[in-house]
Amino acid sequence: MTKLINLNINNTPVTVPEGTLVVDAAKKIGVDIPVFCYHPKMEPVGMCRQCLVEIGRPMIDRATGKPVLNEDGSPKLQFGPKLETSCTTPVSEGMAVLTETAKAKGGQKEIIELLLTSHPLDCPVCDKGGECPLQNLTMEHGAGESRFLFDEKHHAEKHVPLGDLIFLDRERCIQCARCIRFQDKIAGEPVLGFYQRGRNTDVVTYSDPGFDSVFSGNTTDICPVGALTTADFRFGARPWELKHAASVCAQCPVGCNLTFDVRREAKTGGGYVIKRAMPRQNEQVNEIWMCDKGRFSGYQFTEAETRLRLTPVEMESALRRASDILAQSKSETVFLAGGRLANEDLFTLKKFAAALGAQAYLYTQHGGGEFTTAYGLTSGSNLGDLGKGDVILVVASDLYNEAPLWHLRLKAAAGRGATLIVANARATKLDEFSTFVVRYSYGDEVETVKGLPAKEKIGEALKNAANLVIFYGADGLGLAGTTALAQACADLVKERAGKANNGLVGVWSSPNQQGALEMGLRPAQNLAAELRGKTVYLLAADLAGDDPALAQALKGAKAVIVQDVLQTASVALAQVVLPASAYTEREGTFTNGERRVQRFYPAVPNVATSRPDFSLLAAVAKGCGVDLEGRSTLLVMNAIAAQESAFAGLSYAKLAEVSEQYPLIGRGDLYYGGTGYENKQGLGVTLAPAEAVTPLNIPYAALRPKEDELLGVPVTKLYDDGTTLAPAKLLAAHVERYRGVVLHPATAEKLALGNGEQAEVRLGGARYLAKALVDASISTGVVLIPRSMGIALTEPAVVQVSAAEKAQEA
Amino acid sequence: MAQNEKSLLGKVQDALHGSMLLELTKGMITTLYAFFFEKKVTVQYPEEKRPVSARFRGRHVLNRYENGLEKCIGCSLCAAACPADAIFVESAENTDEKRFSPGERYASTYEINMLRCIYCGFCEDACPTEAITLGDNYELSFTDRRQALYTKDMLLVPVLPGGQPTPQVTAPGEFTRSVPAMKDPQD
Ligand code: SF4
Ligand code: SF4
Ligand code: SF4
Ligand code: SF4
Ligand code: FES
Repeated sequence: MTKLINLNINNTPVTVPEGTLVVDAAKKIGVDIPVFCYHPKMEPVGMCRQCLVEIGRPMIDRATGKPVLNEDGSPKLQFGPKLETSCTTPVSEGMAVLTETAKAKGGQKEIIELLLTSHPLDCPVCDKGGECPLQNLTMEHGAGESRFLFDEKHHAEKHVPLGDLIFLDRERCIQCARCIRFQDKIAGEPVLGFYQRGRNTDVVTYSDPGFDSVFSGNTTDICPVGALTTADFRFGARPWELKHAASVCAQCPVGCNLTFDVRREAKTGGGYVIKRAMPRQNEQVNEIWMCDKGRFSGYQFTEAETRLRLTPVEMESALRRASDILAQSKSETVFLAGGRLANEDLFTLKKFAAALGAQAYLYTQHGGGEFTTAYGLTSGSNLGDLGKGDVILVVASDLYNEAPLWHLRLKAAAGRGATLIVANARATKLDEFSTFVVRYSYGDEVETVKGLPAKEKIGEALKNAANLVIFYGADGLGLAGTTALAQACADLVKERAGKANNGLVGVWSSPNQQGALEMGLRPAQNLAAELRGKTVYLLAADLAGDDPALAQALKGAKAVIVQDVLQTASVALAQVVLPASAYTEREGTFTNGERRVQRFYPAVPNVATSRPDFSLLAAVAKGCGVDLEGRSTLLVMNAIAAQESAFAGLSYAKLAEVSEQYPLIGRGDLYYGGTGYENKQGLGVTLAPAEAVTPLNIPYAALRPKEDELLGVPVTKLYDDGTTLAPAKLLAAHVERYRGVVLHPATAEKLALGNGEQAEVRLGGARYLAKALVDASISTGVVLIPRSMGIALTEPAVVQVSAAEKAQEA
Repeated sequence: MAQNEKSLLGKVQDALHGSMLLELTKGMITTLYAFFFEKKVTVQYPEEKRPVSARFRGRHVLNRYENGLEKCIGCSLCAAACPADAIFVESAENTDEKRFSPGERYASTYEINMLRCIYCGFCEDACPTEAITLGDNYELSFTDRRQALYTKDMLLVPVLPGGQPTPQVTAPGEFTRSVPAMKDPQD
């Protein structure tokens, strides 16, 4: 139990835990001490001096060691001759803090005046204008006139691209180092720094390409002025013109809470468009951060040209045709659902399939879901609580690329003293922050995990762990491999199941795969064979685009119905196409990898006649004589809560509940936590543990290539050609950077391939041309093939790589 | 009784008052005087127009600098100040190859709904660059609501002689500031 300290702030008594900073103690009772450099998520540095206050401490009689008393018996206070920075001063017993006195206010005012000597008159054109603490403070202290000469104003460059996503205005920077400290301490990617000194101090980037970090957008949130702006929102709107819609990011299984800011625009004839995505505080999921993938590419597909559009008449006939086809095929139907669907859609789909007697599968290459539902995280879990004594194991996952916020949160947990064990066949960014790194060869994943308890130090750590969380991914693994790996991991964490902060987490490639699993949907073991001669109903699943073999299988199907948001390769093979709403246009819930069910709300109206997936399903079902709820997601959720044991007791009202979160941010106050939003729309609810299931014992033998063969392994890159990611043009350069196959220099040399040269990859009869990327951190004899980047590799396979002939290149 | 009896003259005067003839005559004399001897005030509108006062608040114009660049920097402060929500602004980024206004930002869309506007002039007050001013045009009539939406090209004043139309190609580093630098108030 931490000691509690009593003190007085502006004559109001406060009791806070020992070690609390004065500025935080004041915020607790609603006193805003203005800050610039201090951020409640980062260690104080005392750089800006904006938080000056008067502090008095009880006088101690040196002789007796007792406090000196006033005549009335109260302890005599001694105030220092100078003001003190409240962000660097921890509270002490009996302390008296005065923030409103003429002296304190005078100090704060002078700091503002000094800052303004060098600040440009940019508020009218500045993206921060309207949500800027420097503006607010200037308004409050209102030095209407400057005592400094205008021609001594510091002029500097106003348009400095730090990277291609973030722009710096050197004139506006007040040198608080928040951006630099965020990159160093929170993101763990120290790519920014100060250059020069005094008035010439500049923020510069040390990386090539510039500002090479996937968390860069967060610096613009916490920058207390408009010095850092994002490429996507630059001059997009003034903050006061924006309306806000709470949502959840759908680009990875973390499920960061966010807010879409929307406004009407001329280009859509006065319709609403999404202008930016901002983090929404959820201390148990994403804290106040989000990654650049979610921020710069998470929603752009809503407005994509490739959205499926039908006229109302076409829509009606499409629905009728779909109904007709299904009414005929009945149990000869296979439903395939992608992990992009909301819980409500998946439930409706499951009901529909059951009514037809048809099969419904989850479309994924990432297995093991029966273990994550049975032994996954349960209520009360929070990665932010993990620390000393706890163990986190990450196997076969490159979290930085697959689930950036988990990478960030695990890095922080390791910083708090948790034992972080990273096991992978290649180096990943998380290695740097881990306690133990375990290296194995591709194919040895399962044995490696089984062998961990026998290892001396790691075994000890696993055994003594107060809490144990295991993340397993699909780095270099296919469906069978991941299922086997999940089983091996589950064995380590099994007996802890049901305990908060203990469990198995799948690093899925979609936002709601966990939700689909909780509904009981499972991947098909032999998908291509299942499709033959059947009627195939694809929802948010682009089989043809992912794999030519599956495209072939679709051609062998009796009929294909595709329900999706965007134009895909599968659409071309479909007899009926049903345009679904983007998730930004509708209401629903996702279940993230930590089994937290979270609500998202509509941000913009539906494009053309598109309708939410569950509603389309219900309409098709109606034509087959099956009655399903198709109007309100709320009613669907009520049915889910009543019928799905994992979701028992859930309701939209429960999901929308909030509680006070610390630190307090997003309130437009002077205790400035950034432009991220306060969470007023729901923190979500973590599911209760599902019943343990007996796993289907799928035989699994890892592929062992012969001496002179090359093993091709699928890996995931953050930025790829994923269906919903492709329309985001801003990140095109980032996708291109990683497009290609990765080889060890020795392997490349053997194949006479130089870095960046064109290679020919032959794989199961198909031939692809790809750029060869050389990386010494991977092992020889393997070639890493990024998923969703043009080469269809779903599980490890022997591939042939050779230098592309020049003629083919042309 | 003797006190109550009036003289004859008194009786005639009473009668004249009663019929208001005296007042009518007086009034007619004033009118006839003005009609024949004073300058006429009737203006033959629309052939002839009365000049408006210096502070008249008519239809807005968007001004330009002498070199032709637009003064409006797309800051939306006018829209924020407008009590009638009559103004709509969207902004975009200038480049030296395609420059509309000084500095980084310009208005890519600028619309005023003249049916909403109450001609209060708050927009003019809010504008940091004196880009929007209420002019002296009061001849606003529409046969369709859509006509009341004045777009940027309708509001922009013509380029002054010697200036260039926008967008312009400008030298790098020449127009870095959105709001013209202030003179030192001590001077
Ligand atoms: S760019 Fe912003 S966050 Fe970074 S030092 Fe300057 S003012 Fe601070
Ligand atoms: S970490 Fe995942 S959920 Fe969060 S913003 Fe990034 S892509 Fe979205
Ligand atoms: S004059 Fe007043 S009402 Fe009209 S546009 Fe300007 S601010 Fe709005
Ligand atoms: S007219 Fe003036 S206030 Fe309105 S957007 Fe343009 S510069 Fe800003
Ligand atoms: S010195 Fe305290 S906020 Fe900067």
